[in-house]
Amino acid sequence: MNFNLAPNTNKSTTLTMKKSKPERSTWSEFFVESSIRVVGFSTIGFVALIFLFLLREGLPIFYEISPANVFGTRWYPTFDIFGSLPLILGSAYVTVASILIALPLGVCTAVFVREVAPQWTREILKPLIEVLAGIPSVVLGFFGMHVIAPLVRINLDAPTGLTAFTGALLLAYMSLPTIISVAEDALDSVPKSYRDAALAMGATKWQTIWRIVVPAARSGIATAVMLGMGRAIGETMAVMMVTGNAARMPLSVNSLFMPVRTMTATIAAEMGEVANGSVHYHALFGIGIMLFILTFCINLVAAKAIFKKRYRGGLR
Amino acid sequence: MVEPKIRIEGVSYFYGDFQALDDISMDIPPNSVTVFFGPASGGKTTMLRLINRLNDIVEGTRMSGSILINGKNIYDPDINLAELRRRVGMVFALPLPLPGTIRENVVYGLKLAGIVDRNRTDEVLERSLDQAAIWEEVKDRLDSPANALSGGQQQRLCIARSLALEPEVLLLDEPTSGLDPISTRKVEESLHELKKLYTIIIVPHSIQQAARVADQAAFFLMGKLIEYRPGTEIFTRPREKRTEDYITGRFG
Repeated sequence: MNFNLAPNTNKSTTLTMKKSKPERSTWSEFFVESSIRVVGFSTIGFVALIFLFLLREGLPIFYEISPANVFGTRWYPTFDIFGSLPLILGSAYVTVASILIALPLGVCTAVFVREVAPQWTREILKPLIEVLAGIPSVVLGFFGMHVIAPLVRINLDAPTGLTAFTGALLLAYMSLPTIISVAEDALDSVPKSYRDAALAMGATKWQTIWRIVVPAARSGIATAVMLGMGRAIGETMAVMMVTGNAARMPLSVNSLFMPVRTMTATIAAEMGEVANGSVHYHALFGIGIMLFILTFCINLVAAKAIFKKRYRGGLR
Repeated sequence: MVEPKIRIEGVSYFYGDFQALDDISMDIPPNSVTVFFGPASGGKTTMLRLINRLNDIVEGTRMSGSILINGKNIYDPDINLAELRRRVGMVFALPLPLPGTIRENVVYGLKLAGIVDRNRTDEVLERSLDQAAIWEEVKDRLDSPANALSGGQQQRLCIARSLALEPEVLLLDEPTSGLDPISTRKVEESLHELKKLYTIIIVPHSIQQAARVADQAAFFLMGKLIEYRPGTEIFTRPREKRTEDYITGRFG
């Protein structure tokens, strides 16, 4: 160690300073570094453990009861009938319906914000849209129960307002912020030269947007939809509050206006009252595994679209 | 002198605080090739983009003065923008084929204008590709993707796309900057044919090209129009010291 760094100061002070300072700094350096490492790795570790736990608790259902039962059409846990099909279809039904509502709305809003709105409107709208994403889902569920559900019941003359359609409406509303901001980014990344070329050909603003800009951004818009879907399929609270939670097979178009039960709502509603380690308990975790695989696939497709866009962007 | 096709009167233009053009006035005669040349950021491209009002979409800009085409101010409020841009076509520095086939690219503008009759579009397709000197190369593969063409062919396709609308004025912004010498020569040769039908304004990518194609040439320097005279004079006997310095390569 070099003790001669400060030749002009008193020798003894120099020595004491040198002795304590490097030691403390290496020690604190080591401490900070290792604690960051522990925190970082533990995050990965927790995710892995959660996944292992999910598998450990959920996989038994696939050999405890017959596959025909697991993928049957009736969900009656009290009679040991654990057909997950109505729940999977319920989730799919609500999610697809919500995307069908949210896609046109979201894309149109993104087009408005990016292409049509003047600067000051854009500056007000963008933060507002981000605030939308921050509303707690239970608040939206409450709103859905007391405002949307009665509207649906009265306007559609249905026996109940707690239907798949009500859930889809709410979910559409909840996935809108995601769809809008991702689609807006996609529109933003369309080269300005495309707009110039279209305008120079005598296209109106409208034609430029719908025939050039939106098609050029379509991979980004697809990503937006996938991310919105991922948000919708995993949503629990709001859906549980407004879909009516009847585990029946939604097989006709008509069932859009009848109660359904989603995978998430089933887990949330029943997990509190099952006996730890029972078949029912395993069945709920089994549904958790299916849900995990579904969202994983959706995110995978979305990620793929993002990468594809990046490669293409590099060309010009 | 014949009646000017385009008359530019006292045009100044600002991007925010930056003055890109300073009191430009010039007359551009019909059926000729007019060259805007000069060093970078001299205002050539801005001037070009003002003639079909493409700079309208740039925010935070300001313009004074007027631009008249056939004696009519194109900045009057009653001007139909899409119709104006159909009459004043523009080709950009980068070839920019739209996604789709060669045929779709050329007839795209027609479709936007609401012309879909197949006989009519086929006729326009052949005529405009022929005028852009690319018909012989692509006539057997009109339905293959435009992206598969070479860079030079793509640029001539873009010229054809503008010609399909039968514009009165054709604006070319460094149309050959990304092209090889042979494609460049083909584009330049087609200009000589095209000026019989159209009024052409071009920002060339080199002084040599400017000298080759110009009927008259305008020298832009830092937003000012320094000199504007017939091409045969300005490149051999420039009157202004600054023009001469630029042409002979002393700066720029």
